[in-house]
Amino acid sequence: MLADKDRIFTNLYGFSSFTLKDAQKRGDWKDTGKIVKKGREWVIDEMKKSGLRGRGGAGFPTGLKWSFMPKDSGKPHYLVINADESEPGTCKDREILRHEPHKLIEGALIAAYAMGANAAYIYVRGEFYNEASNLSKAIAEAYKEGLLGKNAAKSGWDFDLYVHRGAGAYICGEETALLNSLEGEKGQPRNKPPFPAMAGLYSCPTTVNNVETIAVVPTILRRGGEWFAGLGSDEKNTGTKLFCISGHVNNPCTVEEEIGIPMKTLINEHAGGVRGGWDNLLAVIPGGSSCPVLPASICDTVRMDFDSLREVRSGLGTAGLIVMDKSTDIVYAIARLSYFYYHESCGQCTPCREGTGWLWRLMQRMVTGNATIEEIDMLLDITTQIEGHTICAHGDASAWPIQGLIRHFRPEMEKRILEYRKNAPSERMVG
Amino acid sequence: MIGVIMKPVIAPEKDQPKSFTFTKANEKTIKDIIARYPKGKQKSAIMPLLDLVQRQMAQTTEKGGGWIPTAAMKEIARILDVPEMKVYEVATFYTMYNLAPVGKYNIQCCTTTPCWLRGSTDIVKACEKKLGIKMGQTTQDMQFTLTEVECMGACVNAPMVQINDDYYEDLTPEVMEQLIESMKGDSLPVKGPQNGRRDSMNIDGPTSLKDEAKKAKVI
Repeated sequence: MLADKDRIFTNLYGFSSFTLKDAQKRGDWKDTGKIVKKGREWVIDEMKKSGLRGRGGAGFPTGLKWSFMPKDSGKPHYLVINADESEPGTCKDREILRHEPHKLIEGALIAAYAMGANAAYIYVRGEFYNEASNLSKAIAEAYKEGLLGKNAAKSGWDFDLYVHRGAGAYICGEETALLNSLEGEKGQPRNKPPFPAMAGLYSCPTTVNNVETIAVVPTILRRGGEWFAGLGSDEKNTGTKLFCISGHVNNPCTVEEEIGIPMKTLINEHAGGVRGGWDNLLAVIPGGSSCPVLPASICDTVRMDFDSLREVRSGLGTAGLIVMDKSTDIVYAIARLSYFYYHESCGQCTPCREGTGWLWRLMQRMVTGNATIEEIDMLLDITTQIEGHTICAHGDASAWPIQGLIRHFRPEMEKRILEYRKNAPSERMVG
Repeated sequence: MIGVIMKPVIAPEKDQPKSFTFTKANEKTIKDIIARYPKGKQKSAIMPLLDLVQRQMAQTTEKGGGWIPTAAMKEIARILDVPEMKVYEVATFYTMYNLAPVGKYNIQCCTTTPCWLRGSTDIVKACEKKLGIKMGQTTQDMQFTLTEVECMGACVNAPMVQINDDYYEDLTPEVMEQLIESMKGDSLPVKGPQNGRRDSMNIDGPTSLKDEAKKAKVI
């Protein structure tokens, strides 16, 4: 288990206030100007050394991402921070916004400097009204104390930071949809290329980073990239991470732990164990709703890091664990996610707009068993026709949960269909 | 199963006010909002301005909560110098903009998997029973609207509902009924977890940061 001295988010539960005074007591904003003055290359190198991978789900190396920003584009550069947290099972950025906003603001200054940006926008999901309110108060404090604005925190760098609230669209968590939304458009993803680093916000070089990614930056730079890299499972899975443990556990919670902690330890030590004991575990969705579900047999031993979870054909994603005990109707649990993806499809690409509806309608029949065995294969076939055939990853995300279900729970689906056919009068049969 | 209401509900012509003007105070706010974006990029202010309309309507509507009339969309288009269709597109794309009158208290029940696993179905039932309306409906007295929403990002505090701007978490059907009862008397209950726990912390006490907790006299 992670030692308290290695925790970054020491105010995760709001033991003290989010205000500047208390944040400074916790070590935020200590010598920020000096860190910036060490130079762009030092900052990016140190981030590369830390091995930090983006905390928004895709896990792309942060230092490398920052280095993609052009040196002399002749245009304004932008940092955009993605606080549109809406992936079912995920509620970590919320804690940073409401309890640790100064870590985010300080990180924004340093990151913006490293990519040559004098302005940044934080796109907060509209429902997080109180969280956006805390963040805005913290930004106002920072301006008042000279930590933002001209010569921010005596760094020699001018930096403005703004909050932009969303209005209820999961798709805006996709970085190019977010940029469109920020420009006052419908939140529909853009084709890539051009990538945001070349043409992002207002067609200017832009980097979009997750809240948690930016909020850990000041601590990494103060303690050194090597410190961060020393935590975790290996050189590709480093540092600490906020884990959200929801569903059928005794005490759901959000907690900061070391990347690579065994799933079983995480659930038992922090969330009071599975309801009814570990043997009552049916399955876990390990990293937010789009990551394929894992059966208990895998959960026994799997470690919570990017590569271990990829090996078992799932993913760390946002590290939001959705735990399900044996009382769960696993087919409905996944069908409900299919509805989610259907509801949230932006409607731009045909395979996703139409396909997510197909998936939802078929999954409804899988829940009752009013289907044929062959339709399970058809369902799988549809997922592969959506996956990889859309502008953004929403289509993929709608496919993966069902693929995981069929991979691990096909016998349960077949059993339902056979039972339905046994009990139903023949004229009600389908297919 | 889940109600499929995919199209935004837009108020019919007879319910639409003829005109909309921002209050003096909001006119100043609009200037501040536009200043957040680079010169010539004032289109970015469409979303914050739609939100502002909804909040102003909540304050000025005699009965019920905030919503966005078509006249207000036209006013935003005029202020920002963008085509009316642009504002209309944005207003109909995002789910948080109410385009028809809603109740004073908009109870938004999350029923996505993490909330469902912890009993959101019973929370929905409790709401429907106590209010005598179904999902997507508004009470006659314009006091309550019941809405089904997708994941609100408070999964470790499931099941939860959002009432106007605030989250009410760790609910039971009994607590949900009590919440509605107090709102009937126009007293808003304290937001956040309803089972006495501190935000997203383990209810039995912190499993980390114990020294910090002691310093803060939490344990």
